[in-house]
Amino acid sequence: MAKKFDAGVKEYRDLYWAPDYVPLDTDLLACFKVTQQEGVPREEAAAAVAAESSTGTWSTVWSELLTDMEFYKGRAYRIEDVPGDKESFYTFIAYPLDLFEEGSIVNVLTSLVGNVFGFKALRYLRLEDIRFPIAFVKTCMGPPSGIQVERDKLNKYGRPMLGATIKPKLGLSAKNYGRAVYECLRGGLDLTKDDENVNSQPFMRWQNRFEFVAEAVRKAQMETGEVKGHYLNVTANTPEDMYERAEFAKELGQPIIMHDFLTGGFTANTGLAKWCRKNGMLLHIHRAMHAVIDRNPKHGIHFRVLAKCLRLSGGDHLHTGTVVGKLEGDRASTLGFVDLLRESFIPEDRSRGIFFDQDWGSMPGVFAVASGGIHVWHMPALVSIFGDDSILQFGGGTQGHPWGNAAGAAANRVALEACVKARNEGRELEREARDIMEGAASHSPELAIAMETWKEIKFEFDTVDKLDVA
Amino acid sequence: MNADSQIGDYRTQQTLETFSFLPALTQEEVYEQINYMLAQGLTPAIEHEVPAQAADHYWPMWKLPFFGETELSNVVSELEACHRAYPDHHVRLIGYDSYTQSQGVCFVVYRAKAW
Repeated sequence: MAKKFDAGVKEYRDLYWAPDYVPLDTDLLACFKVTQQEGVPREEAAAAVAAESSTGTWSTVWSELLTDMEFYKGRAYRIEDVPGDKESFYTFIAYPLDLFEEGSIVNVLTSLVGNVFGFKALRYLRLEDIRFPIAFVKTCMGPPSGIQVERDKLNKYGRPMLGATIKPKLGLSAKNYGRAVYECLRGGLDLTKDDENVNSQPFMRWQNRFEFVAEAVRKAQMETGEVKGHYLNVTANTPEDMYERAEFAKELGQPIIMHDFLTGGFTANTGLAKWCRKNGMLLHIHRAMHAVIDRNPKHGIHFRVLAKCLRLSGGDHLHTGTVVGKLEGDRASTLGFVDLLRESFIPEDRSRGIFFDQDWGSMPGVFAVASGGIHVWHMPALVSIFGDDSILQFGGGTQGHPWGNAAGAAANRVALEACVKARNEGRELEREARDIMEGAASHSPELAIAMETWKEIKFEFDTVDKLDVA
Repeated sequence: MNADSQIGDYRTQQTLETFSFLPALTQEEVYEQINYMLAQGLTPAIEHEVPAQAADHYWPMWKLPFFGETELSNVVSELEACHRAYPDHHVRLIGYDSYTQSQGVCFVVYRAKAW
């Protein structure tokens, strides 16, 4: 029998709270941490989130009756306490697959983190995790190359790769900048990186930077016999400029370019990733602006969601924090999203902040990039935490070496190889760190000096965004 | 002025990827790495090439990858045989990983004589 139109305002929970609902394998699932205004019941707040992030609006409208809302609506199907937090709760919401355009991360985010985040009945709202159904995953291209293809192209096996962001991050001329790149690469780094702030400013226009860097890469490669690369930042003001820069990098025979996926946006990122797949270029992804979105434990989007979105949108490397350096990062939580970037199936594991099983099917993996305030003394911990499929980037920790970039690079490379060798021999890297490092320094004056230079620096502040535990 | 004498000069080296920044591995150290590789379930394979062409992706294979090999001594004797046959070549040991369809391990065991 056909329904009748009943004008007015209904309680959200009448339509969108469905505790008996069993999610389908094709549903997109989301977990939100909700902090509602005083007096709003949990079920009503949860249902409001489901409604406002899917088919609902504040008033019933007659045109709803022209479709089957039961087929399209999102449903809040579970509520849980947040461990150690009385004012907030988790709600789990299931969204039917057809709410989203195939392959469009933009569409998913516009729905899930759109208007609902400004909804007055909520004080705070945080998107903790999304389970992308394999049916959706298969409509996304993902990383242009992925971990294995990148290893094959760069000929780097059985160890993390080594990188550095060129410093000072702003103000160098293109020729002097290329010098800094050359010194790092000839000393033993695999990769160097444009600072994310470097685009095409008056002190160094992009064409000039690309040309000098290309010479630096080519020469270092010839002299060392190893494959080298520099992430040329093509992030630009318009997509047209971005593609023009990418094309020029390719013309110069460079292996890798870089993009800032949050400030540049998902549309730009997905487009660039597709261009990279088509043109055989690797794509490094920076994450400027992430801490604005992910650092507040009550409001925003957890980084694990941004990391999953990036894997779907496309990128071969993604910054994940270091755990040990100058930037924020809880160890268990970081390991959780590092797995989400690299593995093909990741089971639910609340101790690492993972709320759902995630199946990536055949989607390639993304290298985890650890960068920011790290130096040789961190090497044993970094190798132990991040394993082989990572890129360890020492900016100041390379270029701050008393003998300069090349010696700093060599120091890092010696330390890295000593740690990998020791790990393979079955030694415990973090416990035997001093012994391993001192052993390596006995045949490398560059490393000995680096160890002397950085022995006092520590970054021991408490993490702001911690996993929720009682 | 006295600071300058404290600064060392870094001389660029020709290197051969993983472990080439360490002193040549001793026999015992090579055995440890082979044991690690076998314990990971990787398939050992040996390749060799003249230094002038070492930058190429493909080096000639020594026989075929040793599928199913789990004995350290067998891997060692194949490495030694390859080195004896091609003393002027670099000889590297690879650990093929059939799950990732890539190489889990790759390092040069014997550096070419005249290199």
